[in-house]
Amino acid sequence: MSVPHKVGTVKSKQATNVNTQPKAPVAKVVKAAGKKKDEEEATDTAEGEEWMPGKTLVKPSDQLDLTEEELNEEITRVLTANNPNAPQNVVRYGFKEGCYKPIIFVDQMAIHFELEGNLVHKESDEGRRLMAKQAERDDGKGAEKLDNVAKAGDKERKLTNQFNFNERASQTLNNPPRDISCQTEPPPRANFSATANQWEIYDFYVEELKRREKSKEKQEGQVLNKEEDKSKKKMIQAETQSDDITQLAHAAKIIERMVNQNIFDEVAQDFMYFEDAADEFRGEKGTLLPLWKLQYDKAKGLSVTALCWNPKYSDLFAVGLGSYEFTQEERGMLLFYTLKNSSYPEFIFNTTSGVMCVDIHAQLSYLVAVGLHDGCVAVYNLKKKSDQPIYNSTASSGKHRGAVMQVKWQKDDLDSNHNFISVSTDGRVVSWTLVKHELVFTDIIKLPATDKVPDDLKDVIATAGTSLDFHKQKDYHFLVATEAGKIHKGSKYYSSKFLETYDAHFMTVSRVRWNPFHPNVFISCGWDWMVKIWDQTIKSPIFTFELKTSVTDVAWAPYSSTIFAAITNDGKVHVFDLSINKYEALCQQKVVSKKTRLLHIEFNPVNPIIIVGDDRGHVISLKLSPNLRKKPKEKKGQELPKGPEVEIAKMEQLLSSLR
Amino acid sequence: MSIIDNSLKRILRYPGVIGYIIFNKEGIPIRTGLDNATAVKYVGLLNQLIMTTRSTIRDIDPQDDVKLLRIWTQKYEIMVATEEEYLMIVIQKPTE
Repeated sequence: MSVPHKVGTVKSKQATNVNTQPKAPVAKVVKAAGKKKDEEEATDTAEGEEWMPGKTLVKPSDQLDLTEEELNEEITRVLTANNPNAPQNVVRYGFKEGCYKPIIFVDQMAIHFELEGNLVHKESDEGRRLMAKQAERDDGKGAEKLDNVAKAGDKERKLTNQFNFNERASQTLNNPPRDISCQTEPPPRANFSATANQWEIYDFYVEELKRREKSKEKQEGQVLNKEEDKSKKKMIQAETQSDDITQLAHAAKIIERMVNQNIFDEVAQDFMYFEDAADEFRGEKGTLLPLWKLQYDKAKGLSVTALCWNPKYSDLFAVGLGSYEFTQEERGMLLFYTLKNSSYPEFIFNTTSGVMCVDIHAQLSYLVAVGLHDGCVAVYNLKKKSDQPIYNSTASSGKHRGAVMQVKWQKDDLDSNHNFISVSTDGRVVSWTLVKHELVFTDIIKLPATDKVPDDLKDVIATAGTSLDFHKQKDYHFLVATEAGKIHKGSKYYSSKFLETYDAHFMTVSRVRWNPFHPNVFISCGWDWMVKIWDQTIKSPIFTFELKTSVTDVAWAPYSSTIFAAITNDGKVHVFDLSINKYEALCQQKVVSKKTRLLHIEFNPVNPIIIVGDDRGHVISLKLSPNLRKKPKEKKGQELPKGPEVEIAKMEQLLSSLR
Repeated sequence: MSIIDNSLKRILRYPGVIGYIIFNKEGIPIRTGLDNATAVKYVGLLNQLIMTTRSTIRDIDPQDDVKLLRIWTQKYEIMVATEEEYLMIVIQKPTE
């Protein structure tokens, strides 16, 4: 039975009363005090009329007193679905505005009771899965059933229950597990690393080519193989016995040169770069700067008898060692030095007798002609490693009967054989030709005897020739100087007579040389302290210089027609330049210690140095200072013409001024 | 043989030369003018340098090869000459 509410007055008692309210409201009417409610009062009219018509209204004491109008007032009651427990003033922080905002719509659903069910729809995924599982289980059970039936017909389906079920298990005997393994010996390992470079590939190809060639050769000559093998074996044995460092010989040579360069570093620098700046203040005078001093200890006691620069290699020169004293021991040496290694000669040749003169072939710079004290001439080939000359003249082949004083190479003859000419103290001028393995000699001319010798002895006593020089341009003309002080001009084609004779010196003429530029000029020096310059057309000398002691050698400078150097017995070198000073030397410098005589001098064809040989077997190299190397000054506005013509002109100028 | 022996003797005699070492491609000194320990040390270190140099030069042109290597240090000068099988080192103190 619905109990109508009265709006506004709901009391707590109401709740309790609802439960204990019996069905018969009549009873309540009776129990009027306290237990009865207002609602009954209000609706009593309706219900009271149905149930009990004759009822008296009992008014509780705390009932509101309302007037009739108020009682008849229509009061609307609204039923909403709003959740009274839902919060009505929820605010949320709004980050956009940065303040709390009230939320208007609040969820009004109130959940009274919740129960999760376990029903799954048949068609859903999970449902299907479960169905499938179920089907499997049924099948399995079915298979088991069959098996069971097949095996033991008794147990159809094992029913497990709490009371009857016994699980029994038994364990079989497990054999103890054993591990059997075997280990092999690991293969020997070696680390290998290599680089693949372009050159390694190249090396490999080269070796491959060699191998192929060898195999080809083997195929071709199989018979000889055995012999070759034997010899090869011998060779290999020999090689392994020695250290086989002979291939280092070349390297050792270079290293030796480097070591020398380090030791003589200053000298090398001076040689290349030093120019004496003080020459500007010295006026005309110049100086000689000593550079290397070359000596060979086995050459002690020998004098330098010849010097010759190699025309091809401007640092290589030949030194002939012998003795001018006729009483001394007969031995000699031919040494080749290079300025790059001033401590040890490059080539050493020992000769049986003292070397008196050396000449190197102008084109084939490995051919060296040597004239010896005993009258032999020999030719050495520097390319060959042997110590022996390739040609040697013997008594039978017409060797000289006196010491050979000068040898000079000539141009190859018509049969393109090399030949050279020698002059010796027996007065003969002989030409030697290298024919195959022999030296063939031809007498060119015999030096005429001096006037002092009586006629009948003229054939016996010879005039010793001391120096020989060939004309630079007309090389059939030559000059021979004698011990008697005369200079003879001859020609290769005239064997009976000399073209010209000059009375040069009172004593032995030690050297005669043609001027390298001017065709008519030559120079001579002698033991009579004089140096004389001649024009071949004139019988008397053009220039005469007197140096204080006997002059042993004189040489023209290869770069100027007017410069020459002379050396004297007192160890001095005199350098003259006729275009600068016609009377005096530009430089008179003592280059050796006392008691050492200077014997030979040569100018280097390329570099501004001279080498001087003394009687102790030492060779000293000196650098010419700039004043000694002057070229003619250029006139303002005029170009300086270069070349030999200038030199010739210079000389010509000089000569003409004197005539 | 004697030529090179003479050369080596002469090299040792020059002023400032400290010593020479001749060794083969594998880096084993064959002959030396120094004590063994120093020789082995020099050879070990310089051999690597030479191999690197050789590799460089031959990479540039495979037909080329290193002939000489000259190292000037503050105190010494080390000169290394190479041939096919053997190499030679000479150490010199430059004379001042």
